[in-house]
Order: sequence, then C-alpha cells, then structure tokens
Amino acid sequence: MSFIKPNIRHPEAPKNKLGLSTKSYEGAISTLCAGCGHDSISAAIMQAVWGLDIEPHRVAKMSGIGCSSKSPTYFLNKAHGFNSVHGRMPSVTTGANVANRDLLYIGVSGDGDTASIGMGQFAHVIRRNLNMSYIVENNGCYGLTKGQDSATADEGSKSKKGKVNPFESIDLVALALELGATFVARSFSGDKQQLIPLLKAAMSHKGFALIDVVSPCVTFNNHAGSTKSYDYTREHVQAASVVDFVPMAQEITLDQIEGSTKDVQLHNGDSVRLSKLDDNYDPTDRTNAIHVLHEHKNQDKLLTGLIYIEPESDNFHEILNIPDTPLNQLKEDVLCPGSSVLSSINDSLK
Amino acid sequence: MSTASNTAPKLNPVVNDFVVKFANVNGSGSASANSMFAKAIFRMGIPVSPRNIFPSNIQGAPTWYEVRVSEQGYLGRRGGQVELVVSVNPQSMVDDINSVCPGGYFFYDNTYPLDFKLIRDDIHYIGLPLTEITNSNFTNPRQRQLFKNIIYVGSLSYLIGIDFSALESIVNDTFKAKPKLIEPNIAALQLGFDEAKAAFNEPLPLQLKRSNKNEGKVLLEGNAACGLGAVYGGATVCAWYPITPSTSVAEGFEKYANKLRVDPETGKNNFAIIQAEDELSAIGMVIGSNWNGARSFTATSGPGVSLMQEFLGLAYFAEIPAVLIDVQRAGPSTGMPTRTQQSDLLISAYASHGDTKQVCLFPATPKECFELTADAFDIADRLQTPVIMLTDLDLGMNEHICDELTWDDARAYDRGKVLNAEELDKIERFGRYHDVDGDGITYRTVAGTHPEKGAFFTRGTSRDEYAIYTEKGEIFEANLERLLVKWETAPKYLPAPITTERSAEKKIGVLHFGTSMEATHEALDQLAAAGHAANDMRILSFPFHADVLEFIEQHDQIFVVEQNRDAQMKTLLVNELEIAPRSLNSILQFNGDPISARIIRTKIEEKLNTATKAKSA
Repeated sequence: MSFIKPNIRHPEAPKNKLGLSTKSYEGAISTLCAGCGHDSISAAIMQAVWGLDIEPHRVAKMSGIGCSSKSPTYFLNKAHGFNSVHGRMPSVTTGANVANRDLLYIGVSGDGDTASIGMGQFAHVIRRNLNMSYIVENNGCYGLTKGQDSATADEGSKSKKGKVNPFESIDLVALALELGATFVARSFSGDKQQLIPLLKAAMSHKGFALIDVVSPCVTFNNHAGSTKSYDYTREHVQAASVVDFVPMAQEITLDQIEGSTKDVQLHNGDSVRLSKLDDNYDPTDRTNAIHVLHEHKNQDKLLTGLIYIEPESDNFHEILNIPDTPLNQLKEDVLCPGSSVLSSINDSLK
Repeated sequence: MSTASNTAPKLNPVVNDFVVKFANVNGSGSASANSMFAKAIFRMGIPVSPRNIFPSNIQGAPTWYEVRVSEQGYLGRRGGQVELVVSVNPQSMVDDINSVCPGGYFFYDNTYPLDFKLIRDDIHYIGLPLTEITNSNFTNPRQRQLFKNIIYVGSLSYLIGIDFSALESIVNDTFKAKPKLIEPNIAALQLGFDEAKAAFNEPLPLQLKRSNKNEGKVLLEGNAACGLGAVYGGATVCAWYPITPSTSVAEGFEKYANKLRVDPETGKNNFAIIQAEDELSAIGMVIGSNWNGARSFTATSGPGVSLMQEFLGLAYFAEIPAVLIDVQRAGPSTGMPTRTQQSDLLISAYASHGDTKQVCLFPATPKECFELTADAFDIADRLQTPVIMLTDLDLGMNEHICDELTWDDARAYDRGKVLNAEELDKIERFGRYHDVDGDGITYRTVAGTHPEKGAFFTRGTSRDEYAIYTEKGEIFEANLERLLVKWETAPKYLPAPITTERSAEKKIGVLHFGTSMEATHEALDQLAAAGHAANDMRILSFPFHADVLEFIEQHDQIFVVEQNRDAQMKTLLVNELEIAPRSLNSILQFNGDPISARIIRTKIEEKLNTATKAKSA
C-alpha cells in the first residue's frame, strides 16, 4: 500500500467517447490490504463505467458496512457515494433509485453485509427487480473484525486459526436465481477478462443484476484449507461461458475463444456475447441454471460467468408506473394540488 | 318506557350534552353505521367527538364506539359512565351495563330473553327485537347483519332526536357511486325509527337539537390528514410497513395521491408508494430518497421507531432529511396495539446511539396533522435532519372536528441549502460539512448535479468538513459541536407553543401537548369556574422555543399533562432546560384510554388541596 497516488498519466492514454481517460474514473487511494481482491474489483468497475462511456457523475455508488463497503471511496470520485449502515444498502439504494431513475446505481456489498445481516433486504431488492448492479465482494469472512467466518464460508473450509467451518454455506447466486433475479453472474476478482464485460453487461441490464465476485481476503482467508483463497479459486473455477459485452451496433471480435457463440440482446440494444464452453448451456433458462449450479457445486467446482439473464422484464420503475422525469425533479406545480382542490376536499369532509 | 325498572332514577332532560356508547362485535359492519350516527350529529351543527375502542383482532371480539356530544364544544373524552349504551354484543353485556350512569339507558336487542336485569336496578333497560326485525325484513345473512346496524341508528333517530334528513343526506353521499344501495338503507333507517316509535311512548330525555357550532369545520381522522398533508407537502416517495395504528397514514396518502397526483395525459404516478419488508427497510428507503433530493416519508408506531433507531442516527449524523410519522400506541413492547398513549417521546427525541437529538412535532388536531406533515418536509429539508411527528391512535384513527384545512397558494417549498450546478461553479471548493453561514446548517448537493464538483461520500463514519474520512478527535468533536449549533437554530423553523391565558396572576401553569389538549382545556375551564384559574401552554415542537422556559419561570406552580407513565415530556423539559425536576408536577394517564378532563381536573385539585392543607397546617 502506498500513500501517495501518482498523478501522472500517459498523455496518450486511451479516451472513451466522452473524451475521458480512465483517470477521470479513479477514486481515492485504497486503504485496503495490499493484494486485496476488492481493489481489483474497483479497478474493473472503473474500466467498465469508462468503457460504457458513462459520465462519472451520473453514477451513484451505494454500500453498507465492511471492507467491501469502504471500497466505493476508491473509484469514481466524481460520483456521489453513500456508505450507509450494515446490511441496509438495498433499502437506501431503493429509495435513491426511485427518487432519480436516471442514474446508474452500483451497489457494493460483502458476504457479511449481504448474506447475514442484510439477507432480508437482499431478498427483497431482488423481488422488486430494482434497476441496479449489486456486486458482492465475497471473501467468506469478516475482514474488518479480523477474520471470523461469514455465512458464505464453505462447509469444511478452514479458518486462519485452523477451525473447520461446520455450517452449510449460503450460495448467493443460487438464492438470487430462486428469488427471481433477472441477471445473475459469478466471477473472480483475479479474472479481469471475465469480470469487466460481466460488469458492463450488468450495468446495461435494465433490472436487478447480481454479480457475486469471489474476492480473496489476503490477510485472513488466503491460506491452505480455505475455499476462498486465490489458489483454491483458481483451481476450482469453471466458466459457464466466456463473456464479452457488445455495445449496440458495434462488433467486437473475440479471437481468443474457441467454440460457438451466442448473443443475448439487452433491453437497450446492447448485447452480451457468450462464447460457450458447453454448447448445451442456455443462460436464459432459469431452471437449468439452478440445476447446473448445483451440479458444479457437487463436483467442488465454482461455476462462473453469466449464469442467468432475462433481458426483458418489468423493473421496479415500471412496476411503480412512475414517470420518465425523475421524481426528484418534479416541482410544486405538479406536486401540490393547491387551495381550490383543498376546498372541495373540505366539502367532502362535512 | 316499557321495560324501565321502577326504582331507577329519572335523568333530567338534557340537550346536546351526553355520551352514547355502542357495544359491537368487530367485523360485523358496525363501523359505517356508527360513523353515520356521529356524522349526522355533526351535520346538525352540534360538536361531537366519536372514538373507536377496538381490540387487536379482525373478527369476533368486542369493540366499542363512544360518542360524546357537547354543545359547549368539549371534544376530549369526558370519562366516567355514559348516559346511553347501545348494546349489540351479548359478550360484553355485563361490562356494558356497568358503564351506564345511574338513571341512564341501556338499549338492547330483546329478541331473546336475557336475565341480566338483576345486575342493576338503577338504570333503564329499553329493548327492541333488532334480530327479529332484521330477520323478518331481510333474507340474505350478510344483509341481515349490516342492516341490523342501520336499523338501530334509525331507532336512535327517534329516541334521541337525530334529524332524519341528516341521516338521509349521509346515505345519499355515501352511496353516490352505488345508487342502488340508497333506497334500502333509507328504508332500514325508517324501519328502525318506526319500530322504536311503536315500542316506546316517548323519546328519551337525552335529546339532540340543531345548532350552528360546525360552521367552517370538517370531520376527519388524523391519519388521513397526515396522508393529505404529505401530498400537499410535496412527498413523492412513501415507504412504509403495516402497523397499527399508523397504516391508514400510508393508505390516506395513497388515496389522495391516486386522486391528485396521477398525470392525466400519461397516466403515470407522480409518486411512489413502497410497502417495505420491514420498518428498517422503510426508513432506509426514506433516507435514500431524501438523500437523492426527493421528499420521502414513512409512518409507523412505537415498535417501528425502535427498529428505525440505527438509521435515525445515520440520518442525524450524515445530515439527511427524513420525515417519520409515529402514530403512538400503548407500549412497551407489543403493549396494547389498539390503545392510545404518548409514550414514544424519549425514544424519538434521542433516537439512536451516541449523542443524538431529533426534531419532533406534536399535532393535536387533524388540521395540525395536515399542516405539520406538510411543514415537516420543509423543516427536514431546511435542517437536513429527520423530523419525527408524534401523533397517536386517538388522533390518528378517530374522526375529530377541526377547522377547515387551508393552503396558501403563494407558499413555496423550502428545499433548504441545496446547491445546483451554477451555484457550484461559483464556489472554489465545496465542503459538505462546512458551516459557511454560522447557523450550523451546511450546504448539500444531490447526485448527478455537476460533472466535476459537488460529489462527496455520505457516511456514518467521522469525516472532516469536506466529507473526507478522518479519525482526528478535534475534527470529530467540532462536527458534533456544529450539530449543536444547528440544534439551536432549529426552533425558529419550528411551530411555536400556543398559550391560553385565563389569569394574569400566573399562579398555575399547565403544559401539555398533542391530544391532551381538548381534555386539558375542558379541565381548566372547570377549574377556572371553581376559582382556580390556570394558564396553559401547548408545546408543538422539540427542541423547545425559549417561550417554554419563560412560561415555566413565570408561574408559581407548573403541571405537565401527558399520557405515559414516566413523565417523558417532563424528562425532556428537565434535561433540555436544566430546571429542577421537582418544580414540575406530572399529571399522567397511561391506561390506553384517551385522557379525560375529569382525570386532569381531579389530579390538579388534589395537588392544590394538599398544598393548601400543608400551608394551613
């Protein structure tokens, strides 16, 4: 960890359509441990937002409490952020999102923040199909309080002190599928190639998008015997598909991938291009997705990639039937019925 | 009277000054008939105050509806026994008989013989075969049940002189959309009237006479008024979780928003109502919306306020506006969910861990529910802090007479210190927590305002004036001190206390708030008539205005009326104004019933007598 962030960038650093280099998408210097998976995810988020040509200030960064929830400070410092209370990021994001439907909402949470105290809000934000990207930085432990097991720690995984976790783990991907999430993905902080396009696709999805990112805790959960370590994850990861995000009317050639490809078109015309490792895998089939997920788990394999997508669904804005103009921009003339209406209400109360 | 006991004393004839209590079974459709009864009296121009006394149950348990009629305009609960009980529930009959005053009347369904008459011989039993009448006139079982209620209202029209035309006008208004129902309802009223006339030689000595006291008045529930106030106050997001007795606040907002806030061209809702998964989530949504510049509120009751503590601390510390309407009920714990109290003062005023102080409002009438709800959004935006409005079950779930609602069309919402892009351009460096004006209130920005300036990270952790994380003690302390400066600024944006002066001598001063108002005023009128003129001050907000301390200091003896056990308002006064606890005498009631003038008067008199005795001894 270094304390002075270099302020010099290559003059020919690539620019996006807004004419901005990735520098415009950076945040404060990270205070997380050197090598923390979360920092890689922050970097991937910056790349994804930059790559989608979204102005940084049109993003709202939302989080709860924990190491993961601190990380929004470390990207997009031109965006407003809200580090709320433990496990409650979904409700705060719901309120913010309903108030202004025009921003991109990136929620960053952890396995403690989501799978324990925040389990209820996690379930209900999925049910509402809130238009947001919900990123879980999943390291299977409570980092800020020095490494206790979290609810996503796998049964049989060994803590740093050598204790074996006796409890069944909660698989947030499986849960999200059951709860009707319209975009479900899993990735690994060490796999930028997969993570960035998945983030882009999630951010372009008009509904609730979960990306559960295995993000090893280098300080408390990166030892032999842990199932959330870099080594273990690398050895057990299996991608359902290799993904690329294809903006509308733009072709990207994926030359490193063999096998057949499938494009899933998103609501706004963009597509997610999947180069499938298994020709039979259809990411729009929820029942099959659940089945394949369980199969992999039984074989001790971590299924990653875009696991499920439902490109057309009514998100919370549509369910609420709110106008295109964000609610926070409506003025008195629309909001306040005035005195003459009130006098007829008075008449009805006599 | 055909069934009146011979030994029962006769009541002196009384006009427009008595209490009628209906004993019903809940879920039997009695509510609409009872409300028709009260509204007819309102339309006769007579001050009337109906109160539901109901169980935490949906069907089958006893429920009462107590209607006080008072030409003098006393709208508080009178307390004590009542002049007339309308008994439609055999289950609660023994208690109901005991609630009649000597010489009073017990009106009951005598279809089946009952031998309860032995219980008391000092009241009059007047029976009418309501079940038999209903069964012989209606075949459908549901109709039998509903019309039985309408029939007894018709009978009362004869017995106590309710204007039949007033009843008819209510039926016409109620069923405007379903005109088929008008005729059978009026027929049922007439049936009840005729049967009573045939059965009894003369009406009761309790009579209603048309008056003119309700000019410029309306009759409505506090909760509906809060919902309407939120529409007028510009709320766009209502996030809530069902809990008695607050549910009808959200329902009121929904009803009025559906009428007044749907875009006629697009059919889109210029509002959002979110039924959250719990109170934690509800307040989280409210904070998220307000953080993002939309006016948002929630409504709950005591258990919900308990659950919202953590978020209220965040909103206090991160300085995010929020409006919370707490319709108080009897606690602690689940307590008596359908009974009233004023017992959430302390948990609201100091909500959350650490050093916190929260702005509170105390409405006393539906009109104030309307006005203070609308004001609460201005106050929350201006002070950038939660505003907790403490109403209660008595105010929220009962219809009360109040002045017509008014709105000044020239009024503009006060959105407080929110910077837009142009304003940000003029500032060299934006400091979210930088007290530029010296009033403790800093400037805020909303997400998405400016591409380069104004963004900051909102957090519950310590930060400096520029919202940058810090653990430096002196910066943390300075920020908490600034929040106190804001606290001192607050009263000028809050509704001032209202004083009623009855004596220039200033011997006795009575402090009260919320729904203790009607009973307090009535008690003090009685005391004044008995030679103990007292002044009173009604507190409408916390933190207190300077006038409150002045009032306390000006009077020889101070009473504080509240509907809780622990004298919570007194605690706030003692704590915030640094006055001697013993200088404040508490008048407390917390049995779940709305406080009555009798209790207040008796307790003040007891204290005055003790004082006199002590002096003379």
